[in-house]
Amino acid sequence: MRVLYFAWVRERIGEGSEEVETAAATVRDLVAELRAREARYDLALSDMGAVRVAVDQELADLDAPLAGVREVAFFPPMTGG
Amino acid sequence: MHSDLRVSVQAHDFDLAAEAARLEATGAGAVVTFTGLVRDVAGGLRHMELEHYPGMTEKALAAIAAEAAERWPLDAVTVIHRHGRLAPGARIMMVATASRHRAAAFQAADFLMDYLKSRAPFWKREVTGQGAGWVAATDEDEAALDRWS
Repeated sequence: MRVLYFAWVRERIGEGSEEVETAAATVRDLVAELRAREARYDLALSDMGAVRVAVDQELADLDAPLAGVREVAFFPPMTGG
Repeated sequence: MHSDLRVSVQAHDFDLAAEAARLEATGAGAVVTFTGLVRDVAGGLRHMELEHYPGMTEKALAAIAAEAAERWPLDAVTVIHRHGRLAPGARIMMVATASRHRAAAFQAADFLMDYLKSRAPFWKREVTGQGAGWVAATDEDEAALDRWS
């Protein structure tokens, strides 16, 4: 699965995207797996109230299932316009 | 009704007059345009950097434009949003709507702006002489969406 990071989430993790081998059933499980990896992930994803998630390029919540999913992205609330 | 939807995510500037002329040519009768510019709120802004999510951005803009065309009788919708480095005063984005009805054109443009602010995957970073920082989303931006639900 491809995992992408944007804006300050990208800066804290130190890269914009990576391939992740995971059996996580939901976004919440994936977040827990990533946070357990290294301090930089823990720092970036400690407050999921401040982070938005997209699953296959659609906004999703932490309960979103990951079966068959190709791409998950983590980023701060958007500031377009 | 069939609406002509045009969405573009681009680094280069756009020609507001040409975009407005395209919509005027639909013969709709009412064309509303809105342009967002880089402003120097606190003073000392050197430039703004707009990061986005290639792939998702185009889809999100197309979905927002299609939603506007479903809610209001629009002949055409144009949404253009730039990314990359933008100087103070530079154009960031524009929306334009064409309709037979003035109120529909205004309301649809307002709706598009509210959704672009908090549902299109862009992130603004301001670079000043003192350093750089991400622009925080506001509660007002999120609350603005409630107007349309």
